[in-house]
Amino acid sequence: MTQTASPLLRIKGLHIEGESNGVWHEIVRGIDLTLNRGEVLGLIGESGAGKSTLGLAAMGYTKPGCRLTAGSIHFDGQDLARADTRSLRDLWGRRIAYVAQSAAAAFNPAHRLIEQVIEVPVVHRTSLSPAAREDAVTLFRDLQLPDPERIGRRFPHQVSGGQLQRAMTAMAMTCRPDLIIFDEPTTALDVSTQIEVMAAIRSVVREFGTAAIYITHDLAVVTQMADRLMVLRHGELVEEAPTAEMIATPRQSYTRSLWAVQALHKPERPSDGRTLLEVDHLGARYGSFRVLDDVSFSVPEGRTVALVGESGSGKSSLARVLTGLLAPCDGQIRYDGRPLPARFQDRDRSLLREIQMIYQLPDTALNPRHRIGDIIGQQVTLHLGLRGAARERRVRDLFEMIELSPHLANRLPSELSGGQKQRVCIARALAAEPRLIICDEVTSALDQLVAEGILKLLMRLQAEVGVSYLYITHDIATVDAVADTVVVMQQGRIVEQGTKGDVLSAPRDSYTCRLLSSVPRIEVGWLDAVLSGRSGSGPRAKADDGTVWSSAWLPPAP
Amino acid sequence: MSRLILGLMTLVLVSALIFMVVALLPGDFARAILGPNATPETVAAFRHEVGLDRPALARYLEWISGAVRGDFGLSFSSRSGNTRTVAEMILPRFRNTLFLAGFAALMAVPLAITLGVLSALYRNSWLDRTVNAMTLTSISLPEFFVAYLLMFFFVVKIPLFYSLASVDAGTPLGERLLRTALPALTLVLVTVAHMMRMVRASIIAVLASPYIEMARLKGLSPARIILRHALPNAWAPIVSVIAVNLAYLIVGVVVVEVVFVYPGVGQLMVDAVSKRDVPVVQACALIFAATYILMNLAADILTVVSNPRLLHPKEGGVR
Amino acid sequence: MSRALVSHMVKAWGGARNAPVMAQVGLVVMIFYAALALLAPLIAPYPETALVGGMFEPWSATFPLGTDQLGRDFLSRLIYGARNTIGLALATTLLAFTTGGFLGLVAAERGGWVDQVLSRIVDVLMAMPQLIFALVLLTAFGSSILNLVLIIAALDATRVFRLARAVALNVVSLDFVEAARLQGHGALRIILFEVLPNVIPPLVAELGLRFCFVFLTISALSFLGIGIQPPTADWGSMVRETAALISYGDVTPLLPAGAIVLLAIAVNFVVDWFLLKASGLKE
Repeated sequence: MTQTASPLLRIKGLHIEGESNGVWHEIVRGIDLTLNRGEVLGLIGESGAGKSTLGLAAMGYTKPGCRLTAGSIHFDGQDLARADTRSLRDLWGRRIAYVAQSAAAAFNPAHRLIEQVIEVPVVHRTSLSPAAREDAVTLFRDLQLPDPERIGRRFPHQVSGGQLQRAMTAMAMTCRPDLIIFDEPTTALDVSTQIEVMAAIRSVVREFGTAAIYITHDLAVVTQMADRLMVLRHGELVEEAPTAEMIATPRQSYTRSLWAVQALHKPERPSDGRTLLEVDHLGARYGSFRVLDDVSFSVPEGRTVALVGESGSGKSSLARVLTGLLAPCDGQIRYDGRPLPARFQDRDRSLLREIQMIYQLPDTALNPRHRIGDIIGQQVTLHLGLRGAARERRVRDLFEMIELSPHLANRLPSELSGGQKQRVCIARALAAEPRLIICDEVTSALDQLVAEGILKLLMRLQAEVGVSYLYITHDIATVDAVADTVVVMQQGRIVEQGTKGDVLSAPRDSYTCRLLSSVPRIEVGWLDAVLSGRSGSGPRAKADDGTVWSSAWLPPAP
Repeated sequence: MSRLILGLMTLVLVSALIFMVVALLPGDFARAILGPNATPETVAAFRHEVGLDRPALARYLEWISGAVRGDFGLSFSSRSGNTRTVAEMILPRFRNTLFLAGFAALMAVPLAITLGVLSALYRNSWLDRTVNAMTLTSISLPEFFVAYLLMFFFVVKIPLFYSLASVDAGTPLGERLLRTALPALTLVLVTVAHMMRMVRASIIAVLASPYIEMARLKGLSPARIILRHALPNAWAPIVSVIAVNLAYLIVGVVVVEVVFVYPGVGQLMVDAVSKRDVPVVQACALIFAATYILMNLAADILTVVSNPRLLHPKEGGVR
Repeated sequence: MSRALVSHMVKAWGGARNAPVMAQVGLVVMIFYAALALLAPLIAPYPETALVGGMFEPWSATFPLGTDQLGRDFLSRLIYGARNTIGLALATTLLAFTTGGFLGLVAAERGGWVDQVLSRIVDVLMAMPQLIFALVLLTAFGSSILNLVLIIAALDATRVFRLARAVALNVVSLDFVEAARLQGHGALRIILFEVLPNVIPPLVAELGLRFCFVFLTISALSFLGIGIQPPTADWGSMVRETAALISYGDVTPLLPAGAIVLLAIAVNFVVDWFLLKASGLKE
């Protein structure tokens, strides 16, 4: 009984170092953490905050290439920082369990799911194989996996990502551990799958009263899951508070910046009637797989059209058709009133100049062997024919437009930060003086604060030079920040389109409703509200439960 | 299945290539064989005898259909009196070569797997470092250097083995093993390091995968992690590594047989090349190429059949 | 002078000082061989092919390493052998590299039928063991030096092609190449300007490995008597010519073989270090 008073986990003064290229640097710098029984603690922070390292350390585990240099990790009275491997092994799986980010990689491809799930209780001798099998089926059912009796007979590659993630949660639950570490369990999933996995995880955690550490970069997600939040940055604690309190009154400005993009809103401007790009009954296929079907929409001059969809919706294929990398099989595209040649090889220089593209990953969009001044300069020479001093001047102007110091011109891309690299990509597109820029998930790989800067820059440039954007994204939060009109795609078709106000606030299509309602909000109790609303809508919501159509959504082979 | 067809097609293409290279030769080939003072009549007669005056495709079909039945025609050397078929020259030698390669493989494969697994498990230990340095050294060693070095120590300095690996059909197994010990040892030394390094690399790749980390975090014992989680995924690449290296062994045999004057196909082929005995060269090349292709095909097939994604296709689903 | 040369080379290599000991030793060995090859006529006590003594004379002051089966000075032939063997291997490797590397990049960048045709040809050429194929080709064409170089280069180019294509395919799939295409740049410019700079490090390492391989293949062929033909001095043939001495406990035949081994090992250690350095740079 006295045990309930003492915390389950108490970490004190933890320091962890990681090695890269023979140099050790600190990843976690003096963190204290306390977790009570049955409590769910959210660890939130951007990339490099050290949250995953801290989460694994709570198990007494450090990744290869990392070492614990100071501090203690007391789990139920035992210091894991000083425990031998045998006693750690006894705890792992039985009393502390781990749920990894990529379930597809964390399941062994050679064994059936059920064998891997029951391995934990059987090896730890907490139950015998037949009992463990029965229990696993119960857990599968609790986690709302389809066909719980038989899904365990499948191999990992035979089930969808959302199902795997739930199966891994079942695996973590088999020994009814005291503590589970969830390491970004829904990050790799689409929003409509994410909400199901979140609901499943939360219901079993509540049912068994398990304590959990929930690691994520997404404040909206963790708000639904955690009782208390810790904000980390550069391996240090920024702020710690109960969830509701932190959301209502964040004390640190850094904490507030975590939802920077959510706060951006662009007033919607109606089209002035001039149409730049017109897509008419477009269809396309990869081999026999149809990726686009009867797609029609238009991009007005100087406006932003947001193209929204989950993975497999065909939004990236559409970008490939527009840039001329993928030939459509039917329909046509009109650009500036004239038909646009299907293949980019058939487009003349001025067309190639006028339609530019910005990619999701600035790391791969810039040649790592070229200096960034040259990358932009080549573009200026190629499209505007400027050389020598004129070229230099134009490059300097472009650096100014993207708010980068011209001193950086001699750097290689690897010497810049992610946000700076994305700005260089924008400058490269801008150097061609385009009329249409296709932005493919341009902020998805960036942290919130950096993404906010990029979005503001894009909007400012549109106001200054009147360029049109086709803004492709899966992230509804950014849509409000950039769009004038919105096009929603699902499985290669447009299910809804209209002005931003209409689509976002009064969607008519059922898929759009579902999609919009699945986007987590930074509100305590949002998940409960959505779930109760959905179960009210009756069997329909259950019938097309994500499992069925997410497995049908195989992304086409490139 | 498609792999098998592909392998068969490769074999056909390669046989055609072996044949074509010689068949499409510049016209002075016959002259080169017969010597500079051959009369035009002798040349024409030779060309007719060898069939050089018929269309290439017809000759190829004749040759390959013969080859399938084990008939490779007559050796050029049979012109000087007694007729010798290529088949009767090759057959006993092919047995010898297989014996030598098999003997070497029996020593090399277990050794390479053991050392490879150990050095992967104890990475950066002294064992691993030694293995690494040995590998770099041994890929730099020509077979004849190893062979003469062994000969120098184990025949001249310590007379343990024979410098000439002369065997015939009647040699009893024990003596056969003793006589082929040095050539086999040479082959082991030149192949084992590479095989070991590849085994090590494939184990390390498997051990670095997230599911191994997950297995550790499930509290499983190291033995269980290796046996149940690493090996099922590692054995396919290992077996494929071995098949590829056995294919390499087949080539190493050529030089080693010459050094130890071992009556195998390799030595025969080198002899035939210097005498430009075309039918023999073609037959030997075909045999070597076929073995090599079959080994690589086996490696391919083993890799495929051990992949759960292919064993249990997605459509299979829940039964 | 050679010391200044060595220090200059070491400096030019950039960071060679920080290289592991084995790589440093490897570099010094390579430079030593290069000097031997370049300065052979100045260093060698006797001409390459002159008969200067009796057959198989033992080591003496006149003939430091004795004479060979025809009475030529073994040391002189060893020194000239450096020039012939290394020179040929180098020429062959460079030829294999330029053709194989360029075609590999073209196949990766162009894709489609260009890639299909080139790759299938290479598949068939690689389906046969290299040494066996070389034997067949040498039977057909005869073993002149030019044939030897062309045949080995052609066979080796297939390996270079595979590697260059594989590495370039990774690069070609990156967005910056697509971006360059969408600007309307031509294929040649994309290959040379966008792709090539990104495939250089692995290709340079491969250059070292291929050199070793070519060098060993040529030596093996010469040893078998169908490579470099007499009277040209060459390490592989020298082993063959004096092999009989081994049975009498004379180590002379091991010397040319050892010369081959030492250079191959040196190159391998330098390559290994270079690979390590290149992979470190990527991170």
